[in-house]
Amino acid sequence: MTTARPRPAPRTGAPSEQQDSASQAAASARPATRPARVDPTPATGAQSLVRSLEAVGCEVVFGIPGGAVLPAYDPLYDSTLVRHILVRHEQGAGHAATGYAQATGRVGVCMATSGPGATNLVTPLADAMLDSVPVVAITGQVGRKLIGTDAFQEADICGITLPITKHNMLVTDPADIPRAITEAFHIASTGRPGPVLVDLPKDVLQAQTTFSWPVDMALPGYRPTTKPHGKQIREAARLIAESQRPVLYVGGGVIKAEASAELMELARETGAPVVTTLMARGAFPDSHPQNLGMPGMHGTVAAVAAMQKADLLIALGARFDDRVTGDLSTFAPGAKIVHADIDPAEIGKNRVADVPIVGDAREVIGELTAALRGRDGSPDLTAWWNQLNSWRETFPLGYDEPADGTLSPEYVIERIGAIAGPEAIYAAGVGQHQMWAAQFVRYENPRTWLNSGGAGTMGYGVPAAMGAKVGQPDTTVWCIDGDGCFQMTNQELATCAIEGIPIKVAVINNGNLGMVRQWQTLFYGERYSNTELGTHKHRVPDFVMLAEALGCEGLRCESKDDVDRVIHEAMAVTDRPVVIDFTVGADAQVWPMVAAGTGNDQIMAARDIRPLFDDPESGGADEVVTDIEREQ
Amino acid sequence: MSTHTLSVLVEDKPGVLARISGLFSRRGYNIQSLAVGPTEEQGISRMTICVSVEEFPLEQVTKQLNKLVNVIKIVELEPTTSVQRELVMLKVRADATVRSQVLEVTQMFRAKVVDVAPDAVTVEATGTADKLSALRRMLEPYGIREIVQSGMVALARGPRAIAANR
Repeated sequence: MTTARPRPAPRTGAPSEQQDSASQAAASARPATRPARVDPTPATGAQSLVRSLEAVGCEVVFGIPGGAVLPAYDPLYDSTLVRHILVRHEQGAGHAATGYAQATGRVGVCMATSGPGATNLVTPLADAMLDSVPVVAITGQVGRKLIGTDAFQEADICGITLPITKHNMLVTDPADIPRAITEAFHIASTGRPGPVLVDLPKDVLQAQTTFSWPVDMALPGYRPTTKPHGKQIREAARLIAESQRPVLYVGGGVIKAEASAELMELARETGAPVVTTLMARGAFPDSHPQNLGMPGMHGTVAAVAAMQKADLLIALGARFDDRVTGDLSTFAPGAKIVHADIDPAEIGKNRVADVPIVGDAREVIGELTAALRGRDGSPDLTAWWNQLNSWRETFPLGYDEPADGTLSPEYVIERIGAIAGPEAIYAAGVGQHQMWAAQFVRYENPRTWLNSGGAGTMGYGVPAAMGAKVGQPDTTVWCIDGDGCFQMTNQELATCAIEGIPIKVAVINNGNLGMVRQWQTLFYGERYSNTELGTHKHRVPDFVMLAEALGCEGLRCESKDDVDRVIHEAMAVTDRPVVIDFTVGADAQVWPMVAAGTGNDQIMAARDIRPLFDDPESGGADEVVTDIEREQ
Repeated sequence: MSTHTLSVLVEDKPGVLARISGLFSRRGYNIQSLAVGPTEEQGISRMTICVSVEEFPLEQVTKQLNKLVNVIKIVELEPTTSVQRELVMLKVRADATVRSQVLEVTQMFRAKVVDVAPDAVTVEATGTADKLSALRRMLEPYGIREIVQSGMVALARGPRAIAANR
C-alpha cells in the first residue's frame, strides 16, 4: 500500500516561511516576543485583534478564512507568535481547539467567517460547553450597517450560540477589541471553564483604532468562587471521618483544576475507593489499588455497586450526570452527599447535597485533606474493602472473543493502550469504541484521555487528536475512532498531513453504527434499521485508500495475530499521520450496562448476568436474567 | 405553583434581556411580567421579573441567572417585605352621560384622568395587581377600549438597598 506520490513536507517551524509575502511591510516592526506592556499605538481593528491574541498568550489558532473575517487574516499572516492552522471544516477547527485545550490546559482558539463558517462552529461550541472546555471562538460578522438586513453570509451567531457558550459578545467599537479578547480568555479559562465567542464585524476589523496592552476588564457580574467555605470543609471532613462506606466520586473538574496530586493525598488520607467518571479518566491512576474504575452506564460493576451501597459520596468536580446516576430515584439510596464543585448551579441540581462546597477542586481537596489530618482515629474500612474487592474480583472488566472468529475490537483497543502506554494521549469518537477505550486503556495521567462526554459528539476524535498533537507535539497521540465517527470528520487528516501533525488513527471498523446496533440488538428485536454502513460489505470507503489519498500512511489489520505488528508499524511512522483499518466483528457489545432509564441496581455485568447486590454474603453470586429490561 | 418576584441588577448591554428570558423559556417557565429601567448607577439596569414557578426549579433558575456574566446581583423580594407596584392606563368609553360616574370611580381608586375625548377618558393608576384589577372590574361596565399595563416594579422595605458593588 505504498504510492510513489511525493508527500507534502510537514511544516514544523513557526510560520515564518510565509515572510515572502509582498503586501506585509507594515507589521515588520512587530516584536517577536509577547509584550507585557504596549503604549497606545495606531492599528487597525484586525491588527489590534492579532496583537491582542499574541499578548494574551495564544500560540495557535485553528480556522478557515472567508469574506467577513478576511481583514483579520491579513495581520495574522505576519504573526510569528500565533500559528494559524488551516483546517478543512470549521467543525474541525472547534474540536481541534477543544482537543488542544484538553491536552494542555490552555485556552484553545478557533476562527471562522460569518454565516455558515460561524454556524459550523455550533456543534463544537455545544460540545465544549457540556464538557466545560476553555475555548475562544473568533468569528467574522458582516459590517455593522448590514447587521440585521439578511446580508450575504449573515447569521446572528451571538443569538444562535447564546445557550451553548459560557459567554459571547458582539464587538461594535474597534477600540474594545483588546478588552474583548482579554475578557474572553479570562472567562473561558476561569471558574468553570467553557467556550466564549467573540463576533467581530468586518468594518470593525478594518477601522483605524489604537492598540494598547494590558487593558482593564469590566466584568462586574463575573466573580467565580474558588476558595471553599471553611465551615463546609469541616462538616465534610466530619462526615468522612464517620463514614463506614465512603466513595470518592471524581469528575472532570479534578483534571481541569490540575488536582491529581491533591487527590492522591486525599485518597491516601481517607483510604476510600475512588471512581473516575468518563470525563475524569486519568485523574487518578488506574494502577492504584484504590481505583475501582469508571462508574455509570458502562462502568465497572465494582464502581457502580460501590456508589449504590456507599454511605457517603464525596463528589469532586462531578455533576451527577444521568449517565452516571441512572434512574435518580434509586441512585445511591443510602448515601449522604458531599458535593464540591466550582459551579454553584451544579450543586443540588440533580441530587440534594448534605454538604455543598463551592470552590476550585484543588483548593477543596487540599483543605479537605488538611482537615482530615487533624482527626483522631478513622473508621476501619476493612469490611467495605472486602466487599469492594469481592465485586472487583467477581466482575472484572472483560470480553469474549467473537464466536465467529472475527477480530475482537476490545482486544485491539487493549493492545493499543498496552503498546502506546500511559504517556500517550488517547482521543476517541463517540460510541462503542469510546466506551471500550475508556474501559480497556489503562490511564495513569491526567489530560491523556480526550473524549466528548456530555454532548456525545460523533466525529470529535480526529480533529481533537489533531489539536492535542499540536499542543503536545512530543507526545504520541492516538485517535481511537469508529467507522461511523471517522466518516464525519476524517477530512482533517488532510490538515494533519499538510501541517505536519502526525497523529495515529485506529478505525475500529465494525461496519456499523455499533452502539446503535447494540441497542437494536437489545431493545429493538434485532431489527437493524439504518445502522449498517457498508464499510465491511462493500468496503466503501476503503479506509486504507482513503488514508493514502489524504496524505497518510494506510494500514489494515484483520486478524488477531497481526494486531501487535500493525500497531508497532504505526508507532514507527513519525513523519505523517497513520490510519489503521482494524476490521473487527460487528457483534461485540459494551458491557457492563445499565439500560437507559433503569436504576443502577439493575446493572448487567454481561448479557444475562445481573450481580446480586442484595446478598452481601455472596459478594456476587450470579443471577441469570433471561431478558434485559426494555428501554423505555 | 407560586409567583416569585426577582429583582435583578444587570449590566446595561445589548442582548442581556435575551440571555435572561432565554434561561426561563429554555426551561419552560413563562415570565408573567417584566420591567426594566435604569438605576442610581450609570450602566446598571434593574429588572423586576415575576415568574410562576415552584421553589426548587426557581433555585436552579436563580443559580443559572447568577452565572450570566452580565448579571450582577439577584434578590428575591417577598410580598410582605417589599413595596410592589404596577402602572395601568385604561381607555374607557365615556360620553357626557356617564363621564361623571367614571370620574367618581377614578377618584375612589386615587387614579388620574390623563386624557379626555368627547366619548372616552384615559385613566392612569398605580398600585398592586389586586387594586388595579379591582379598578378594571369597576370600569368594565362602561366599556374598556384599550388597556396597557406595566410589569411590576418592587423595592424592599426598610433602609437597606440592593447595590451593584456588593
